[in-house]
Amino acid sequence: MSLQINCPNCGSRPVEEFLYGEIPVVPDSITDPDARDLDRAFMRSNTEGPQTERWFHLFGCRRWLTLRRDTRTDEIIADM
Amino acid sequence: MNEFMEQKVALTWQQPKRSYDVVIVGGGGHGLATAYYLATRHGITNVAVLERKYIGGGNSGRNTTIIRSNYGIPEAVRFYQHSVELYAQLEAETDRWIMHKQKGLLWMAHTEAGLRAERARAAVNTAFGAKTEFVTPQQVKEIAPQIDLTGGGEWPVLGASYHHEGATARHDRVVWAYAEGAMQRGVHVHQRIAVTGLLKDGDKVTGVQTDAGPIAAKVVVSAVGGHVTTLGAMAGLRLPIRTHPLQAYVTNHYAHNFDTIAASTALLFYISQTARGEMLIGAEIDRQPSYSYRSGHHLLQSCSHRAITLFPFLRDLRVLRQWTGVCDMSPDYSPIMGKTGVDGFYITTGWGTWGFKAIPAGGEQMAALIATGATPELIAPFALDRFAKDRTLADRGSAGTH
Repeated sequence: MSLQINCPNCGSRPVEEFLYGEIPVVPDSITDPDARDLDRAFMRSNTEGPQTERWFHLFGCRRWLTLRRDTRTDEIIADM
Repeated sequence: MNEFMEQKVALTWQQPKRSYDVVIVGGGGHGLATAYYLATRHGITNVAVLERKYIGGGNSGRNTTIIRSNYGIPEAVRFYQHSVELYAQLEAETDRWIMHKQKGLLWMAHTEAGLRAERARAAVNTAFGAKTEFVTPQQVKEIAPQIDLTGGGEWPVLGASYHHEGATARHDRVVWAYAEGAMQRGVHVHQRIAVTGLLKDGDKVTGVQTDAGPIAAKVVVSAVGGHVTTLGAMAGLRLPIRTHPLQAYVTNHYAHNFDTIAASTALLFYISQTARGEMLIGAEIDRQPSYSYRSGHHLLQSCSHRAITLFPFLRDLRVLRQWTGVCDMSPDYSPIMGKTGVDGFYITTGWGTWGFKAIPAGGEQMAALIATGATPELIAPFALDRFAKDRTLADRGSAGTH
């Protein structure tokens, strides 16, 4: 079965109804403003493990939700 | 290992040495081809390829084995055309049968915009050495008689670009051909050794830490698929890579010949016939980044629906197998090859959904870079620093998976 996402408004719905929304994170260790712009535009944390992410319920209530997912297993750890 | 494998795959097992001239992380097509060309073209054989599972078990064994060079930008056409030519002579060069078969590749246009895109593709391909021409719907029907030109009444085929040198090859035979060729010349290929860290002297990379102990190297090459962000972070790099799953599947045996490779970027699928007669169907990447190899029913359902729109005969077939690879997607849909700004650490990544076709050229050019220390002209545009220099190579339309 494909990934199911728990929408606070619509209940458990298949992932195909949602749009993935990344939360871009520029590490604090990058201090130069130009380097921060470059990182913000192109670089990705590409987390291998649990990460917090946003999803938009495109074919549903059209609202954003937040959850934590383990990218190694696709398991949703927590709804937030 | 059974008798057949012993005869066919002349892999040898050695104890890892404590130091090599070159350590290549990742025993897939790109890593092994790099080792092979280092040995054959440059006489550098004090080389180790480290593979954490088994060779060719990552994306080299999880793709759809299509070889083509019908890209949309000059830099890419030149590079992939070179790869197509290396593939065509690989059997003669390595004396291994990789089941290379030239089939031609049709890329359909269903709209006015699609027609413009495919005409432009044919023009830029022709200008930079790839054999692609624009063909009419009647010609499409001659090349692929099974096609429904009306596209089920919704997706009419208005024309297509036909890439004459489109081909397929057997994925694991390609991997083995490079592995054997490299090992015969003294390269060590170590399976089931995972790299857990990088050895560093200041900012310079001086080797790798593995679960079998440290191994020193003058040059460390990342030919990792899927987990390059983790390895890059060990070298202190942030990479413009997001890892997405890509699924594909095969049907049972189709009792007729399907002689070409057909693709529709508007419908997001491509189809070819394997040597066993199965119809191989691939589709777009999953939208969310993930390292999971999990396949889903959703892909089978949506992709089959789209494929049947153009090829109604697929309706009668059954799905046999489905698999998933994890693709390193770059923001501009072009690969990233070459120096990284970290001494002693080279990278070949960003192979997204276009890595298999690039194995020979990618390996050959990376080998030239390692041997000479200078970036070859063919891959210079694909350097990691192109993002900082605002020299991105946007070619999303040629990925075929979006």
